[in-house]
Amino acid sequence: MSIQIKVPAMGESVTEATVARWFKKEGDAVTRDEPLLELETDKVTVEVPAPADGAIESIAAKEGDTVNVGAILGAIAEGKAGSPAVSGAAASNPDAATPKPATPAPAAEAPKPVAAAPATPQAVMPSVRRISEETGLSPASVEGSGKDGRVTKGDMLAALEARTASTPKPATPAIPSGPRPNAAREERVTMSRLRRTIALRLKESQNTAAQLTTFNEVDMSHVMRLRSEYKDSFEKKHGVRLGFMGFFTKACVAALKELPNVNAEIEGDDIIYKNYYDIGMAVSTEKGLVVPVVRDADKLSLAQIEAAISDLGVRARDGKLRLDELQGGTFSITNGGVFGSLMSTPILNSPQSGILGMHKIQPRPVAIGDKIEIRPMMYLALSYDHRLVDGREAVTFLVRVKENLEDPQRLLLDI
Amino acid sequence: MADQFDVVVIGGGPGGYNAAIRAGQLGLTSACIDKRGTFGGTCLNVGCIPSKALLHTSHLFEEAKDHLPKLGVKTQVELDLATMMAHKTKVVGELTKGVEFLLKKNKSEAIVGEGRIAAPGKVEVKLADGSTRILDAKNIVIATGSDVMAVPGVTIDEERIVSSTGALSLKEVPKRLLVVGGGYIGLELGSVWRRLGAEVTVVEFLDRITPGLDGEVGKQFQRILSRQGMKFQLSTKVVGVEKKDDALAVHVEAAAGGNLQTIETDVMLVSIGRKAFTGRLGLENAGVKLDARGRVVSDAHYKTGVPGIWAIGDVREGPMLAHKAEDEGVACIELIAGKPGHVNYGAIPSVVYTAPEVASVGKTEEELKAEGVQYKIGKFPFTANARAKTIAATEGFAKVIADAKTDRVLGVHVLGAEAGNLVAEAALAIEIGAASEDIARTCHSHPTLTEAVRQAAMGVEGWTMQM
Repeated sequence: MSIQIKVPAMGESVTEATVARWFKKEGDAVTRDEPLLELETDKVTVEVPAPADGAIESIAAKEGDTVNVGAILGAIAEGKAGSPAVSGAAASNPDAATPKPATPAPAAEAPKPVAAAPATPQAVMPSVRRISEETGLSPASVEGSGKDGRVTKGDMLAALEARTASTPKPATPAIPSGPRPNAAREERVTMSRLRRTIALRLKESQNTAAQLTTFNEVDMSHVMRLRSEYKDSFEKKHGVRLGFMGFFTKACVAALKELPNVNAEIEGDDIIYKNYYDIGMAVSTEKGLVVPVVRDADKLSLAQIEAAISDLGVRARDGKLRLDELQGGTFSITNGGVFGSLMSTPILNSPQSGILGMHKIQPRPVAIGDKIEIRPMMYLALSYDHRLVDGREAVTFLVRVKENLEDPQRLLLDI
Repeated sequence: MADQFDVVVIGGGPGGYNAAIRAGQLGLTSACIDKRGTFGGTCLNVGCIPSKALLHTSHLFEEAKDHLPKLGVKTQVELDLATMMAHKTKVVGELTKGVEFLLKKNKSEAIVGEGRIAAPGKVEVKLADGSTRILDAKNIVIATGSDVMAVPGVTIDEERIVSSTGALSLKEVPKRLLVVGGGYIGLELGSVWRRLGAEVTVVEFLDRITPGLDGEVGKQFQRILSRQGMKFQLSTKVVGVEKKDDALAVHVEAAAGGNLQTIETDVMLVSIGRKAFTGRLGLENAGVKLDARGRVVSDAHYKTGVPGIWAIGDVREGPMLAHKAEDEGVACIELIAGKPGHVNYGAIPSVVYTAPEVASVGKTEEELKAEGVQYKIGKFPFTANARAKTIAATEGFAKVIADAKTDRVLGVHVLGAEAGNLVAEAALAIEIGAASEDIARTCHSHPTLTEAVRQAAMGVEGWTMQM
């Protein structure tokens, strides 16, 4: 009996995914709950487990295909080829694991995966568009001979000819003279789902909010002293390293409590004030930026916050975050300092109204009283949605964060 | 003291008046001189416009008389030539007034009189009342157009021996009309009078009519005109005319000589072509040169070689078409104003307004063969076009010629109803360097005659769908 492999539900806002990788091929024996393939969604990568023991009967959605929730990915012939233990039998009898050609392929019923249409940004002549779509040769890379530099069909055909003519003969590289097609020296890669989402969200954010950034600087010597003094005993007791993020999170939560607009969001004509403090932590991964959320940061101890950040960070890098861990969030913190950034203007994580940018700690001469001293300084940036947050509030917020970090006892005393 | 102008245009035809309008738009002071008394030149007064009025009304007459009964509309038709001519006169009057209005609107002074170049920078106008006016012109644009070319030994009286001008104003329908010259003017005016009842014979020196047309198109065009009742004597030339009381005896012989014949006719239309008009312009004083065919010599930027003197339209080289003159007028003024003016001579359409019409833009098959260009052809007959069937106008075909390698549109030739309108998209295609595939992949309304052009474009690559 054949059992269909379907796209599982992946969270409320996720309706489609891209097939990233099949671990199995047709005919492979699988055991129940064994990962069969990987789906890439807007936010996370999801493994689809085998629904039953058996052999892969057919694969309906190929790598790169876009599939909707509930769509059929393929089918398993239940019980076929027994368990992986009898793999010898399966090998000696290839028919056992190979789907019978007579079996109607479930692929026929599967909704047709819709390939994303390649973007054609500027108006091009129809023949040029066809050739571009068929060959991947971008008209933008071709010198146009038509009126006002239009790329004509003839230009495209000539560029294609040049491309095919130049590829098989690497021995005599043509001396570049004047304008020439670049397509052959470029690589065209479809954006990953995550990259597409990042692109969309960031632009959405810029298009919606009235964003601007205010700056301040913080003398990190107090926090650093505190940290070096207690880091061993802290780690011994809590089993987690004492980092800076915990201090920053605490400092932000305290400031957010004082300035609720920074923790609010605009929805239509309403302002939604959040009486909870879910702090998004921007994490850079190999595939791109993700912002997992530390829930109820106001109710967590410093150690709990550090533990949560560390756990999210590791799993983000491994691509093991669950979808719900990426949703929500009332305020975000991003740390460009780990890469050496001295100053930046972060973009809001919509629909949030504030994001704190941390930067590199760098020793700098500063005036303390009447003397110049070398202090470990960090620039702070707060990007905020000016529709909701006034300049006074934004500046006050950043001043509070600075004060809390320069004098961490304030956090203890809640002032 | 003389009046000062940035631009003085001599000639108020389509080239001249559009140049004057463009000058006004670009902030140049200008004057436009025309001796006729009404502006618009040959085109508006005794050319394109009155002939189209008569072509339309005579076509309606023929349709009502011969075709409507076949389509279930019973008619009793009677010709009222005076009213037909009145319609023509009214249209011409309105349009020439319109040109005067446009000149005024664009602050160009319209001067009625005969312009003469007294010297570079100086134009002398002999006004209607006999007085003379001197204009100082930083730039002089010669836009004097063309005039009827005469047959040696034949005097045009515009009564019985007429040019196109007289043929537009015959007082009655002649029983017999002899058209000398098988070009578009002769065929159009011949068609008018044939529809109204004349027996029309066309005498042409060459072995084919409409020599500029694509050969295949020309051949089928002639067959259609013959079927309509027009008679043709090709490779024949007129050697003399004898005016008798009741008829004209026209002596003709073979183009190569010999085989003398006499054709009796009531009216003879001389339409063997037109020649550049430069009479009494004073060009020799100014130092402006003429070529062997009497045309003003001018370069690609309309400069005559004499600083400040320019030439546009029929008076210089190129096809004698109103729209070519218009485009040159605009480009010339733009160049005078220091802008990049340009005319794409490869994308100038031409139309014969008979029924069916013949229209073409770009190269003919014969031209491409002569140039050694490799080409492909797509063709589509109107018999397979749904709209053509519904309007009972299935004669003719559309032909698209494209480069063999790049499919770039090189020429489009249409013989059929509305052909003049159908080639507009082809002119655009040629202008922007489009491929036949671009026409083929552009949506065309159904059912329309334009689909024939699209199907022909598909045919270039062998995927004509509706045949």
